[in-house]
Amino acid sequence: MKMPDLATFEDWAPEDFPKGYICQAGTSKEYITGGWRSMRPVWDPEACTNCMMCWIVCPDTSILVADEKMTGIDYDHCKGCGVCVHECRFGALEFIREDEAEVA
Amino acid sequence: MTTTKPFSATGNQMVAEAMRQADPDVMAAYPITPQTTIVENYAKYVANGLVNTEFVTVESEHSAMSACVGAAAAGARVATATASQGLALMWEELFIAAGMRLPIVMANANRALSAPINIHGDHSDVMGARDTGWILMFAETAQEAYDNTVISFPIAEHPDVQLPVMTTLDGFITSHAMERCVMEDDETVAKFVGEYTPVNGLLTSTEPIGAGMFANGDSYMKSRLMLRRAIQESLPIIERVGKAWAAECGRPFDLVDAWECDDAELVVVVLGSAAGNVRHIARQLRAEGKKVGVVRPRVYRPFPVQQIVEACKSAKAVAIMDRADSIGGQYGPLAVDVMSALYAAGKNVPMHNYIFGLGGNDLTNELVSQVFGDLEKLAAGTLATGGLSYLGMQEAEGAQNEWLA
Repeated sequence: MKMPDLATFEDWAPEDFPKGYICQAGTSKEYITGGWRSMRPVWDPEACTNCMMCWIVCPDTSILVADEKMTGIDYDHCKGCGVCVHECRFGALEFIREDEAEVA
Repeated sequence: MTTTKPFSATGNQMVAEAMRQADPDVMAAYPITPQTTIVENYAKYVANGLVNTEFVTVESEHSAMSACVGAAAAGARVATATASQGLALMWEELFIAAGMRLPIVMANANRALSAPINIHGDHSDVMGARDTGWILMFAETAQEAYDNTVISFPIAEHPDVQLPVMTTLDGFITSHAMERCVMEDDETVAKFVGEYTPVNGLLTSTEPIGAGMFANGDSYMKSRLMLRRAIQESLPIIERVGKAWAAECGRPFDLVDAWECDDAELVVVVLGSAAGNVRHIARQLRAEGKKVGVVRPRVYRPFPVQQIVEACKSAKAVAIMDRADSIGGQYGPLAVDVMSALYAAGKNVPMHNYIFGLGGNDLTNELVSQVFGDLEKLAAGTLATGGLSYLGMQEAEGAQNEWLA
């Protein structure tokens, strides 16, 4: 089965698309949705206790974790809902406006 | 091949038998009048071990079609049945089933929509599914409901089609009335329907795939174009499968049942069970030497445009009888399709649209005779073209002025 190449598929002819718009798995990772954000959470590793509450509540799996420790925030996919900031009990997440954020 | 001796059965029993013989992997269904006895019978087949179907009892039709979509995406052969408010509740998933190209087979016992609440037969429910991308078939009889259901599976599952098929029968008139029926033996149907091999099943694919994906404007529109093409190109495949079944069982199959249309000057176009009433009067008029014809599309989506134009080739006046109204629009749904087909083919003859039989209201011989009487006036030019009237409640005369004044 031919799968759409995400880099070029806007140039595809209609008949090139698999019937029923089937795609390869995992394509949402390639779709950068972080641009929808108007507010962003900013993480303070000093205050963080790795309780993982933010990781549990994040609807976009944008809390990055390695070896049971938080390592950062996936800004390519975080849409800025602020649930992690609301749930953090240790003041380790701050919510700031995108236009006030440092350009990474 | 063995055909059973004739026996008496309702349309719903015949649909259930056809589904049993096709033995789908999954059926998810919710009861609603006048469809209930289809799934009730089918549940008995499951309980008695006559089929290998996983029967999913759900809390609504919205869930029924959602479960069907999930099962079909996984790669299962799937069937269900519904009617009226149930079909309306499925509306959202109907588009998903077609857009994802899932070959689900569903029977619909055509029934009126509320309000006022009414449980009897008309086409208001199925006409709401007209533009969803489902193949729609209308049975005239219980026998045809059986045959249409049998052929629905190989049509839906054909690799070049991959579309859901809705096989409809008129509520109570066909779903519940006993008729003389026959059926083919299980082995013949099983062989005809064949084993289902999904093209892109989530559980049968050798590589991980995503289904039900998001698409932005450009790829969404291309995808919809492919859906339009797919259903359009399914017409010759439907005909081929229908003819193959006709050769097997000896009962005719045509996309459009054109009765005495070769020289017919006064033509009535009508869907479903009402065609029998109309032919009954047409036969009497033929005996009097009047050149009348009756056109009944057995397949409604894709709309068999060429076959309709061909059936109306000798027509001097055409009456289109709709068992549903497109309220707020100029004509009922069938009339819009027939008028568009004839107009695009350059066939400009006087036409009138009748709305009849809503909520199971009787279509009497007198009313059908009135339609043919009006057709004579239309052909003679004494009744103006382009009108719509509620048959038996409004005179055809003057009805056209409501929109064109």
